[in-house]
Amino acid sequence: MLPPALEVLDLKKHFVTRKTLLGKPDRVVRAVDGVSFHVARGQTLGVVGESGCGKSTTARLLMHLIEPDAGRIRLHGREYGNVGGLKPVSELRQRMQMVFQDSYASLNPRLTIEDSIAFGPRIQGQSRSESRQLARDLLDQVGLNPDSFIRRYPHELSGGQRQRVNIARALAMKPEIMVLDEAVSALDKSVQAQVLNLLSDLKRDFELTYLFISHDLNVVQYISDHVVVMYLGQVVEFGPVAQIYEQPAHPYTRALLDAVPAQTPNSRKAHTVLEGDPPNPIDPPAGCRFHPRCPFAEPICAEREPVPVRVRPEQESACHMVAPQSGHSRHLTMIPLTSTLPEEAVA
Amino acid sequence: MDQSLGPQGLQSRVEEYAEQARDIARSRGYWATVLHRLLRDPVSMACALVLLTLILLAVLAPWLTPYNPSQGSMLNRLAGIGTPGHWLGTDGQGRDMLTRLMYGGRYSLVMGIMPVLIAFFIGTAMGVTAGFVGGWANSLIMRTTDVFFAFPAVLLAIAISGALGAGFVNAMVSLTLVFIPPIARVAEGVTTAVRHLDFVEAARASGAGALTIIRVHILGNVLGPVFIYATSLVSVCMILAAGLSFLGLGVRPPAAEWGLMLNTLRQSLYVQPWVSVLPGAMIFLTSLCFNLLSDGLRSAMDIKR
Repeated sequence: MLPPALEVLDLKKHFVTRKTLLGKPDRVVRAVDGVSFHVARGQTLGVVGESGCGKSTTARLLMHLIEPDAGRIRLHGREYGNVGGLKPVSELRQRMQMVFQDSYASLNPRLTIEDSIAFGPRIQGQSRSESRQLARDLLDQVGLNPDSFIRRYPHELSGGQRQRVNIARALAMKPEIMVLDEAVSALDKSVQAQVLNLLSDLKRDFELTYLFISHDLNVVQYISDHVVVMYLGQVVEFGPVAQIYEQPAHPYTRALLDAVPAQTPNSRKAHTVLEGDPPNPIDPPAGCRFHPRCPFAEPICAEREPVPVRVRPEQESACHMVAPQSGHSRHLTMIPLTSTLPEEAVA
Repeated sequence: MDQSLGPQGLQSRVEEYAEQARDIARSRGYWATVLHRLLRDPVSMACALVLLTLILLAVLAPWLTPYNPSQGSMLNRLAGIGTPGHWLGTDGQGRDMLTRLMYGGRYSLVMGIMPVLIAFFIGTAMGVTAGFVGGWANSLIMRTTDVFFAFPAVLLAIAISGALGAGFVNAMVSLTLVFIPPIARVAEGVTTAVRHLDFVEAARASGAGALTIIRVHILGNVLGPVFIYATSLVSVCMILAAGLSFLGLGVRPPAAEWGLMLNTLRQSLYVQPWVSVLPGAMIFLTSLCFNLLSDGLRSAMDIKR
């Protein structure tokens, strides 16, 4: 296995939404509660999960846009943080860049495209002419003609064009890792495909590592090498994309994959597997957080929190059913894999 | 380039220059674009012209009129509009109205614009600080301004003026204090809205410091709306200033100021009604122009049109 470019260990962020009169935290949202994963250089790690599961918070924590409560962020083996003895966050921010979902909100409406892209390099101390030339080159790289786009304002661009500009803006910082937070989710399908292809090309040309956050399982499958499945601020399953999609070990992953709409009428499924909304992260269920919605839940699931267990090489799953002697009556191998993805979706 | 330019080479050169020219035309910055649009708006331009005329008349008054604004003649008391030598009539002490209106503009325009301008700088600084820093700084600044909202603007201006004592400078100070809280509140609101947008996060991710982010990303988006709001306050300020002078808290007689003139001419309303309302008409005209100009500015600044 390749050495990890980015390693995240036990990342935590709890938001206090209400305090008692004495200033003690009364109500705490456990947005991200002990998330660990790693991604090798030049690879793409997909992060999936329902809305509210902490995907975007994780991204913002990685960039230190919000300060983590606990956890370690390592880039090429070196730890970054705002604490003495660690590498400074400012360097981390330069080596990691982020593309947001809302292409319009992520561009200053008062700045031209050129100024938006050149802003970062200017901050880093490049001269005006250097950064302008860089902006032109990058626009060309993301498939926009510099001559016609450089002087335009964000509102004059379409959603796809704006997202290309945002990608160029992130690239201007010469990052090693790009965090793509629902970067193509707001685009329509044809534009989405174009931007995904662009991302693949850029990854090759700039030797980038991607952290691809999305709720769209098809897109994640298309672009990722590894996948992290998150539920209520925790990682429930982690592994290579083919293994996760074909042999999901965690019931939640199966439910997610079953919910993917079939792409041919013949493989349409009649049942909806998962019912209800995810529980409130303010007051997560005891034990396994998934147990109230899990079809295989047993008393042990409400009592003990499962720890990630290696299921297959590189694949880890946090479920009592995959752990031997966990107290759960079933074991992974005893349950037939109901999740039958159509051939087309896998291809 | 070499001398042997064929027709095709010439063609490409021409296209190159045309592209450059287009680039220059397009390369206007944001504020230049706003100015350009404002210059093409007839209503705004008419208002700007009227205001410019009023300002010029006020500044050049000593050279434009033969009369002394504070010296009248009892023989010519309360002359009507159109009287030869006094085209806009005279007031109760026989002073030429046109002269006094011109001189009055000096006080009235300054008292209308200066407090708002000063309050614009102070209020914006306070509001942007409160909105950007957030937390306890926000609470401290905004709760302090909230205290001022407990009183109606007119009452507050009168109270502060009364406490400081009558006079031109004191009236300006009290008006400035009256306008800081509303401007700060608008600035804080816009800043808070902008601060949480993704482009500010992206700027932070680029390693920009707080001051750079405020200068490039916050102020650019905050100054516009706040400036538009401030322009609309100029008319309010003029009326308040006139009110202060009317009550004897602003400029002292015999100085000419529109609000004060309105007060003294009140007694002549039944004798020369048209002459008596002239200072009011001037206040109305100036306020109207500032309001329309503020509207024009609003649409010129709307970059999406």
